[in-house]
Amino acid sequence: MTYIAKPRLHHPTLPENRVGFTRRDYEGKISTLCAGCGHDSISAAIIEACWEMDIEPHRVAKLSGIGCSSKTPDYFLGNSHGFNTVHGRMPSVLTGANLANRTLLYLGVSGDGDSASIGLGQFAHVMRRGVNMVYILENNGVYGLTKGQFSATADQGSKSKRGAVNTDAPIDTVSLALIMGATFVARGFSGDKRQLVPLLRAAIAHKGAAFVDVISPCVAFNNHPGSTRSYDYVREHNEAVNRIDFIETRPEVTADYEEGHVVEIPHHDGTLLRLRKLHGEYDPTDRIGAMNYVQHHQARGEIVTGLLYADPHAEDLHEHLYTVDAPFNGLTEEDLCPGAAALEAINASLR
Amino acid sequence: MKPITAVNDFVVKFANVNGSGSASANELFAKSILRMGVPVSPRNIFPSNIQGLPTWYEVRVSERGWLARRGGVDLMVAMNPQTWDADLREIEPGGYLFYDNTRPLPPSKFRDDIHVIGMPLTEICNATYSDPRQRQLFKNIVYLGALSVLLGVDQEAIAQLIAEQYKGKEKLLQPNLNALRLGREYAQEKLAPIGLQVQPADNVGDRIFVDGNSAAALGCIYGGATVCAWYPITPSSSVAEAFQKYVGKFRTDADTGRVRGAVVQAEDELASIGMVVGAGWNGARAFTATSGPGISLMSEFIGLAYFAEIPVTIIDVQRGGPSTGMPTRTQQSDVLACAYASHGDTKHVLLFPEDPHECFEHAAGALDLADRLQTPVFVMTDLDIGMNQRLCTPFEWDDSRTYDRGKVMTREALDAGCDFGRYKDVDGDGIPYRTYPGTHPDRGGYFTRGTTKNAYAVYSEAGPDYIDNVQRLLRKFETAKALVPQPVMAAAKHRTPTGAIFYGSTSPAMAEAVAALEKEGIAVDTMRVRAFPFPDSVTDFIDAHEQVFVIEQNRDAQLRTLLLTELNADPAKLMPLLHYDGTPITARFITRAIAEQVHLRAVAPFEKDKVA
Ligand SMILES: Cc1ncc(C[n+]2csc(CCOP(=O)(O)OP(=O)(O)O)c2C)c(N)n1
Ligand code: SF4
Ligand SMILES: [Mg+2]
Repeated sequence: MTYIAKPRLHHPTLPENRVGFTRRDYEGKISTLCAGCGHDSISAAIIEACWEMDIEPHRVAKLSGIGCSSKTPDYFLGNSHGFNTVHGRMPSVLTGANLANRTLLYLGVSGDGDSASIGLGQFAHVMRRGVNMVYILENNGVYGLTKGQFSATADQGSKSKRGAVNTDAPIDTVSLALIMGATFVARGFSGDKRQLVPLLRAAIAHKGAAFVDVISPCVAFNNHPGSTRSYDYVREHNEAVNRIDFIETRPEVTADYEEGHVVEIPHHDGTLLRLRKLHGEYDPTDRIGAMNYVQHHQARGEIVTGLLYADPHAEDLHEHLYTVDAPFNGLTEEDLCPGAAALEAINASLR
Repeated sequence: MKPITAVNDFVVKFANVNGSGSASANELFAKSILRMGVPVSPRNIFPSNIQGLPTWYEVRVSERGWLARRGGVDLMVAMNPQTWDADLREIEPGGYLFYDNTRPLPPSKFRDDIHVIGMPLTEICNATYSDPRQRQLFKNIVYLGALSVLLGVDQEAIAQLIAEQYKGKEKLLQPNLNALRLGREYAQEKLAPIGLQVQPADNVGDRIFVDGNSAAALGCIYGGATVCAWYPITPSSSVAEAFQKYVGKFRTDADTGRVRGAVVQAEDELASIGMVVGAGWNGARAFTATSGPGISLMSEFIGLAYFAEIPVTIIDVQRGGPSTGMPTRTQQSDVLACAYASHGDTKHVLLFPEDPHECFEHAAGALDLADRLQTPVFVMTDLDIGMNQRLCTPFEWDDSRTYDRGKVMTREALDAGCDFGRYKDVDGDGIPYRTYPGTHPDRGGYFTRGTTKNAYAVYSEAGPDYIDNVQRLLRKFETAKALVPQPVMAAAKHRTPTGAIFYGSTSPAMAEAVAALEKEGIAVDTMRVRAFPFPDSVTDFIDAHEQVFVIEQNRDAQLRTLLLTELNADPAKLMPLLHYDGTPITARFITRAIAEQVHLRAVAPFEKDKVA
């Protein structure tokens, strides 16, 4: 495999965002994935979302497991620290990293094998702990890196490239995240950037466990007729419930939408999510309703996308543990060591 | 049968039923003797159950200060009918049996070579208390009162301890004192003091009485750990539980009530080590506490942390093997599993504390070492020191001590134009510089992965890059030799060709064995190894002796294997001496084994030259 360092010449015409970075500052190494791989489109969407949101690249920590998907953090945000951990265990490493410094933005990148097969346990537990993060699952229904075996998200009856039929029931990661207590759950499609970028932006703005499942076709092993994760299949069966048009940290009055088509979800930190509703009855603040809706459409062979659930009152693990605001990694002896006098008192109590 | 007579030198064993409330009465017994200035060393022997099953508490009283398990029992306090027969068999001829004679037992249930002291404990308690729970709980205090009369234990010492225990819970104080008096009065009236006596002495000094797990947790507090991730497993759970308690006590912000520390009970050991790795990568001091089975589960991450060079502290409270059963017994059987944990060419720093004092020291020290060496560091304690209170030197802390955060490149250094190569050996000691995530807007960022990288952390599968990297890791391991706690040597009074290497909780048994051997005219130089990698002084010690016993509490002579492979030591010279039935090693065992070998050798001289 090769890598080519990209020339970092700033083109004078490239627009800068409010923190003075151009889009190129959010790029990473040249991808080594197959041409047309859905994962690369997700990397592009992450770059776009971070640039648009004026996030300083070095204030992001990227963590991943193992797989083609988990390699991608090398291909975006080249100035951020990244950690390609072990297969299926990114959630625990991300949790520890988050505990060490609560002030960074944590992006967890994983695959369906990584999250739903070997890592199902950690996937579930990181959601229930409410770790403040954006968990991006690049879901292609196969193990790309090990060359095309079924993953646990592959649909029953779907056919592998070699013709084998999957007989095991699939794990729906969206439903699982909802059950496990994720406070932001969305599904996107790597082939629909217009929907995906705002979903990622909303996830980044969310303070709590945000999960974004992205259907991401594997052109090498899962893009053939008979696959339920091919570009064609997903385009045909995609059922978008809403479109996020923008996210603001301050409520802003706009008159772009007809009454009744726009729903606002104000978060307690001042963030306001504004959604254009595509399905009249869908309420993205109703967790039980979301579970029903997703399952109902899934049974009909439809893949529901959009913002499926957001809890406006989300809390994160640090709040549960009631930790100090200062990052742990900057605390000093003075903050941490009780000192010799306290130790003498302990000694005295042990005699 | 001549009754055993002994002053300040005997063993009392309590046979109880788990969950009957005996633990705190038994601890009072041990502590009251300590307060009289006489050293004691108690040991809990408990099966893997919560309630209803047998549990024992063995207290060795030793004015000379021998803290190892002695073996044999002089006085059995038999409170568990279920284990009666086995308990009786353990009593030394001429020893004593104390039991509840409320219900008469046939003579066949006794031995005629021991002295039997019966007391109607149930009857007394039933007559005094109406609440069944009180009847049960106070029975323990009543026998404590009786024993204090039989053995001459200062009643003031016990009363004082009870007062300390119930400070702030005065409602409970008086009933306990009453129960104590009840037991004493009965014994004074109806029983006579026995041949085993405690007399005031002055041999405890300023030593403290504490268990190793609490000590290790406190060491982590003093050492600056802020993240503890763990999964419950005996005998290590109380490390994390104590840490949690200390975080509440020492790390709570007075104004906001917020805490400077996070304790997460993970879903398994894979997650607990993953969290520690994540926190270490991000610059916080983090640790986990576990036992053998947990180490097995953690092993993939341990390898990643070794190659990605992430500080990790693991406290391994060793026990006997997998599943359930022997797990509540002690062993030193994870040495090899930890030394070479994980896939690929890996080796790790191990520390071997001998007692709670060193559990504190090594835990705090491990956090420094892990940061300095950017690697996993194991504190290899065991059930014997972890879960038993042990008399030891007081904890010490120098307020001028600072944390060694190791080689961390700061924003200022990056701004000054320092060349940052995450895996580059700048100083020749094999230790590279690292940056914390979020340090600098355009310098110092890197992508962390296992082995597929060059010195600048850029993806590389090139053979030479790999070799450079793993050779540097070996240099780093060399550097570790001088940084780890150095071995402690004790020379015999006379020049001797015989040496002994031991480590960890074997210490008190070894000290006592050396004294016993000396009496038999056998001189042994000893070396207590305190860490792996072994400093050169270990080779020097082996070279300076014709025969070296390696004393361990495992079946496979695991430390000896390390000595052979890592130091290229002569196998014929290193004689394994192994104790692994799950009970703590005794001085009797070591003395007998060494004496036997030394005598054998005196008959047929050790043929050193045979093995070149
Ligand atoms: C412990 C362990 N077992 C197996 C592997 C081999 N392995 C590497 S990637 C992978 C599957 C990845 O699938 P997925 O997470 O769906 O990622 P994709 O390549 O499809 O993006 C497996 C099984 C490994 N790296 N580690
Ligand atoms: S094998 Fe599939 S998942 Fe992997 S890079 Fe190629 S297309 Fe993407
Ligand atoms: Mg996949």
